[in-house]
Amino acid sequence: MISERGEHALAETGGGVDLRAAYAYDLGGVHFCYGSTRGPDVRWVLRDVTLQVRPGEILGIVGPNGSGKTSLLKLLAKLAAPQTGNITLFGCSLAGLSQEDTAQTVAFVPQESAQLFPFTVAETVLMGRFPHRQRSRWSLGFGWEDQEDCQAAAQSMATMDIAHLAARPVTDLSGGERQRTMIARALAQMPRVLLLDEPTAFLDLQHQLDICAVLRRLRDERRLTVVIVSHDLNLASQYCDRVAMLKDGRVTAVGSPSEVMSVEILRDVYGCHVLIDPHPESGLPRITLPGPALRSHH
Amino acid sequence: MMPSAGHPTSPSPALTSPSPTLSPNLMGSGVQTAAADRPFHGAILTRSRWFAVMSALALLSLVLVMLCLQLGTQYIGLGNIFGLLWSALFGTTGEPDTVRTTGVILLQVRLPRVFLGFLVGSCLAAVGVALQALLRNPLADPYVLGVSSGAALGVAIAVLFGIGTTVLALSLLPVCGFAGSLIALMVIYRMAASYDRLPIHSVLLAGVILNAIFSALIMFITSIMEPNRSFGMMAWLMGSLTAPAYPVLSALTAYLLVGLILLLKQVRVLNILALGEEPARSLGINTERTKRVIFLLSALMTGAVVSFSGMIGFIGMIIPHAVRLVVGADHRLLLPASALVGGMFLMVADTMARTLFVPSEVPVGVITALAGGPFFVYLLVWRKDRLA
Repeated sequence: MISERGEHALAETGGGVDLRAAYAYDLGGVHFCYGSTRGPDVRWVLRDVTLQVRPGEILGIVGPNGSGKTSLLKLLAKLAAPQTGNITLFGCSLAGLSQEDTAQTVAFVPQESAQLFPFTVAETVLMGRFPHRQRSRWSLGFGWEDQEDCQAAAQSMATMDIAHLAARPVTDLSGGERQRTMIARALAQMPRVLLLDEPTAFLDLQHQLDICAVLRRLRDERRLTVVIVSHDLNLASQYCDRVAMLKDGRVTAVGSPSEVMSVEILRDVYGCHVLIDPHPESGLPRITLPGPALRSHH
Repeated sequence: MMPSAGHPTSPSPALTSPSPTLSPNLMGSGVQTAAADRPFHGAILTRSRWFAVMSALALLSLVLVMLCLQLGTQYIGLGNIFGLLWSALFGTTGEPDTVRTTGVILLQVRLPRVFLGFLVGSCLAAVGVALQALLRNPLADPYVLGVSSGAALGVAIAVLFGIGTTVLALSLLPVCGFAGSLIALMVIYRMAASYDRLPIHSVLLAGVILNAIFSALIMFITSIMEPNRSFGMMAWLMGSLTAPAYPVLSALTAYLLVGLILLLKQVRVLNILALGEEPARSLGINTERTKRVIFLLSALMTGAVVSFSGMIGFIGMIIPHAVRLVVGADHRLLLPASALVGGMFLMVADTMARTLFVPSEVPVGVITALAGGPFFVYLLVWRKDRLA
C-alpha cells in the first residue's frame, strides 16, 4: 500500500534520532497506569502492549471507550512514561530523549482544546515553530519569527485550509476550525511523526475527508508517520494502512484493515454484532451497525 | 523519485514546492502567501508593532507621571517641577524658602509616592499576566487567588512578633510576605493540579477560601495588637502607597526590576503554556520547571509589593484583560504593555485617592477594588456565557 518506500528514504538524523531505523516506534511489553503501582488494586490502563509503527505509515488505534487508546498516544508523545517495558523512537529509547529532542521529531494534537486566550490563528500555528527556535540565554527570549517560520506556518495553514482565518482569534472559531488550526500548528512543527487524538471528532464530512487526504499526502510526500486514535471504524478502515485494536488496555489485533475489521474481532472487542461488506470504491471493509429488525431478531 | 523530506529544522522541499497531487487552488494560494514578504500582515505580532505600542505606552506613562506630580494638596506647576528636579539632580543651592518647601513636598513626598505607585502597579499587572497564562484562567490575579492576603498574613505575623520594629525590618518584612504568598500559591497549585484540567471556578473557589482563612487570621492578629499599631495595620492592609525613604525605595526597585526581567524572559513559554499543558509539553517545554519558576517569581514579587503597599486588589486582573483586548494575546507584548498600563493605572488611582477627598485621603485599595469588583462580576458572567 505504501508507495515509494525505497532507498531514497531519509539519510538524515533529526532531533537526536536516527530516521533510518526500521521502526518509527517500537513498543515492547509496555505496562502503564496513572498514579502508584503499589497496593492491591492497581488499575492498569495498558497491559503488555507490544506494537511496532513503521516509518511512513498511517496507523489507526481503535477500540471501545476506556480501552487505553488516548493513554497509548500519550506514551508515544512522551507525555507519560510507562511503568515497565520500553518504547523506542526511530531506534532511540524514548525515555532517554529530552522533551526538546522529542518535540523536533514528534507532534501531538490533543483531543479537544478549548482556548481561553484570543491568540490569532496565525499566532497559534506559529507556536508550532517553538521547538526549532534558538533560545539565547541573554536575549529576552522573544524569538521573533523569521521568514522560514512564517513560510512553514503559511504552508501548513494552506494545507489545512485555514489561510483565510489567519487574523481571527482562536476563541471565535468553530470546533472544526479550531481543530484544523491545531493540526496546522502540529504540521508547522515539521515533525516526522504526527500523533492525533480523534482528529475528526468535530469535523463535518468534507473536512473529515480533507484531513484524511492531507494525511495520506503528507505520508507519501514527506514520509510522515501518522498515528491516529479514532472512534470511527470506517475512517480507520478506509484511510489507515494498519489498524491496532485495543481492548481493556491490550492490543487484541493489529494488521491491515481487512485483517482487523472482521465480524468476529469486532464482536469480541465491542460486544455487539456488526455488518461488514466491501466498500464499493476501495474494496476495504465497511462496517455498518445492524438495523433495528436484525437486532430484535438477535 | 520524490524529493526526500527535509531535516525538521530546515524547510522541507516537499512542502516548499507545489506538488501536482495537491488540490491546485488550495496549495497555489498558500505558496503565494508564503512568497510574500509578510505572509501574516496584521495577523501576528511583529517587532515593529511591538516597538510602536511600547513607545506609545512609555510616552503616555511619562506624560501621566508629569501630571500626577503636579496634582496634590499643593499644585506644583510643570516649570516648577522641571526646575526642582534639575536642581535636585545637579545640586544648585540657595533657593528661597518657599521653593525649598515645594521641593520637599515634590522630592520627599510626591515623587517617591508616584514612583512607588507605578512600580507596584506594574508588578501586580505583570504577575497577573503570568498567573493567568500559567493557570489558564483569565480571572487569575494575586488578590483574587489569595496570594496577596497570604503575603499580608506573613507581614502581619512579622509585625506582631516585633520584627517590623527592628532594624532588620527592611529585609525581613518582604521575606515574610514572600513566605506567605508562596504558601498561598502552593495551596492554589495543589488544588488546581488535583484536577485533570484546571477548572476556572474551582481555582477561584480555592482563592476565596484562602482569602477567608487568611483574612480571619489577619483580623485576629490585628485585634490582639495594641490600638495604635492595629490602626496603622488596618490602613496598610487597605492598600496605601506611602513611600519609604529613597535607599529602601531603590532597593525595592532593583529587586522588582530583576523580577520583571526574569518574568519577561518567560513570555514565549507563557504563550505556549496558554495552549494547554499537554500541547506545551509536546512542544518541548519543561512545564514543571516553568511552573516552579513562575510561581516563585510571582510569590517573590507579590510578597515584596504587599509588604510595602498592602493589599491592592484587582489590578492583576483588570489590566491584563483590558490590554489583551487591545494589543492581542501574545505575551511578548501583553506582559510589558500590561506592566506599563498597570503602573499608570495605579499611579492615577493613587493620585485620585490623595486629591479627591482633601483633606482626608482614601486608601488606594478602595479605589482599585471599586473599579475592579464590578469588572470581575462582569467577566465572570461574560465567561459563563462564553463557556456554555
